[in-house]
Amino acid sequence: MINWKVILNIAKTHLLTKMKSTVTAGLGVTFGIAAYITLVSFMTGLNQMLDDLILNQTPHIHLYNEIEPSAKQPVAKYSEFENALNVVHSIRPKRSQKKIHNALPILNYLKKDKNVRGATPQLRAQIFYLSGSIELGGNLVGVDIMEEVRLSNIQDNIVEGTPEALKNNDNGILLGAGLAKKMSLTVGDRVQISTVAGDIFPLKIIGIYQSGIAEIDNIQSFSNLKTVQRILGEAENFVTDINIKLFKITEAPAMAEVLQRQFEIKATDINEANAQFETGSSIRNMITYAVSITLLIVAGFGIYNILNMLIYEKMKDIAILKATGFSGRDVQLIFMSQAMIIGIVGGIFGLLIGFGLSVLIDNVAFETEALPTIKTFPVNYKAMYYIIGFTFALISTFIAGYLPSNKAKRIDPVRIIRGT
Amino acid sequence: MGLVLETKNINKHFHKPKDFHVLKDISFGVQEGEFVSIMGKSGCGKSTLLYILSTMDTDYTGELYLGDELITGKPQQELSRIRNMHIGFVFQFHYLLSEFSVLENVMLPAKKLAEKSHAEIKHDALEKLKMLHIEHLAEQRASRISGGEKQRVAIARALINNPAILMGDEPTGNLDSHNSENVFTIFKRLTEEQGLSLLVVTHDEDFAKRTNRIIQMEDGRIIS
Ligand SMILES: Nc1ncnc2c1ncn2[C@@H]1O[C@H](COP(=O)(O)OP(=O)(O)O)[C@@H](O)[C@H]1O
Ligand SMILES: [Mg+2]
Repeated sequence: MINWKVILNIAKTHLLTKMKSTVTAGLGVTFGIAAYITLVSFMTGLNQMLDDLILNQTPHIHLYNEIEPSAKQPVAKYSEFENALNVVHSIRPKRSQKKIHNALPILNYLKKDKNVRGATPQLRAQIFYLSGSIELGGNLVGVDIMEEVRLSNIQDNIVEGTPEALKNNDNGILLGAGLAKKMSLTVGDRVQISTVAGDIFPLKIIGIYQSGIAEIDNIQSFSNLKTVQRILGEAENFVTDINIKLFKITEAPAMAEVLQRQFEIKATDINEANAQFETGSSIRNMITYAVSITLLIVAGFGIYNILNMLIYEKMKDIAILKATGFSGRDVQLIFMSQAMIIGIVGGIFGLLIGFGLSVLIDNVAFETEALPTIKTFPVNYKAMYYIIGFTFALISTFIAGYLPSNKAKRIDPVRIIRGT
Repeated sequence: MGLVLETKNINKHFHKPKDFHVLKDISFGVQEGEFVSIMGKSGCGKSTLLYILSTMDTDYTGELYLGDELITGKPQQELSRIRNMHIGFVFQFHYLLSEFSVLENVMLPAKKLAEKSHAEIKHDALEKLKMLHIEHLAEQRASRISGGEKQRVAIARALINNPAILMGDEPTGNLDSHNSENVFTIFKRLTEEQGLSLLVVTHDEDFAKRTNRIIQMEDGRIIS
């Protein structure tokens, strides 16, 4: 039977009469937890932002036709040369293989798959932007704009104009920000584009697109799929890319492989495309946890030291308690409670300070050309981190308190009372 | 009248620094309401015996009974409870918890026992303090009172759970004659008025002579 009221009362008295040590030990925990919360919120905020920046622009699976030389050269089809050694020099890919042959059936098939959140067709065309006497090379991507808005973060990157405006305009273009700047064009202006074949079309700028990645913004614009098909003089089934979003990103590699075999098409999944990117995230996480754990270990040693000192000072008290009927376990609980009280109070202050610092960072202006949607430093407020931080505090104080309190439990009162 | 405390053939050795047979065949009993004193030269084993009787030291052979109950061999957890309920102990050096008030010191063993409400415990503690004429010190910090007063607080603490027996290891050894007399009077009153059993180690011949019985020890044996 444990009498918590008495035990906590004694623990409290010890802590209050040793206020200085208590505060020192508590501050150690506070700093450890505050540092963890601040670091983890900021670091994962950064990770999240970079994820959004790059991953959300990348489809989970990307279907396209690679331009590559046919594996089977025509000569192999002649039965006369079946057993001969055929040597073909200077193999070149056949032109215009970029079209996905059976795009519409593939799209229909994908839309019925219950793992697929959405699949959008795209038509990438090489074009020139004409500005006075200058020709700027670039891409025009024909998209189903409303589906793109649903499945990707393209909306965040439309810095002027709206996706609806593009949808409602058969001759509209969402111009890359870098291009707009180079050609001094704004929304409402017209821009001339020329196809590789040499046909010239005027398009109306209904919006500006800025992904934050200069290489893209300097060459790429968007238009409706139909518009681009018309410009190229192609039929409605002419599609060069299909982008797929899944409900579960982890299923991407397996599904990509299946699609690649089933439709004899090139299918890349997101993990393949962003393998290096993941390493960056995990290194940032490692740094966060390494720093926090180091701080908490230091805090743990602080508590360990202070409790050891306290127990040394309180030898006589421990002997008296044991002589008057407190068991070894009671004595251990008295000192354990002190450690845990330091851990809980220090931990709560740590969470509060960590939250305060996060809010502070969150409000620091951070404006950069590259990230149009970001106005302040990114911070991730996840309840999970606060739970983890507090659990950390409890575990480290528990370990730090356990060893000294176990010593107190085993102190032999007779030896202390004898004075040897 | 029955025995409150009884020992049968208690032997104890210290193993360090070398084997030392400190208690030899100790067999005796204390009657209910009896006031017994133990005398003997310094180093003859009186304190060692008292620590065994108080259940704090379990490293011995032989048997220890409290009432009819065999105490020897019980687990630590239970011994703590027995100490808490049935045994009061007063040391030569008045050990009090210096950060707590006098009243809190007295109340602590009763709070541990947790058989009474806080209010009842406080009432009992004040009663004990009143009986020892130190109720005016109740709210003082234990570190701020005199040696004689501390010893009386220690006695009040030993009595708070109404133990079957009160043991003292030279409880007056550190007090002047006035305070010693005071403590003796208290003990005497406790046996006569409340029928409490007392077992007190003392060096004071006068003190011992006024008790019901003297146990003489020499070299770890009871000689009379
Ligand atoms: N922990 C110990 N280890 C070895 N010898 C001890 C220990 N404690 C006491 N002694 C010895 O045991 C003998 C009895 O001690 P003690 O019971 O304190 O005597 P008393 O209280 O009668 O003066 C002494 O000779 C003392 O030196
Ligand atoms: Mg002694």
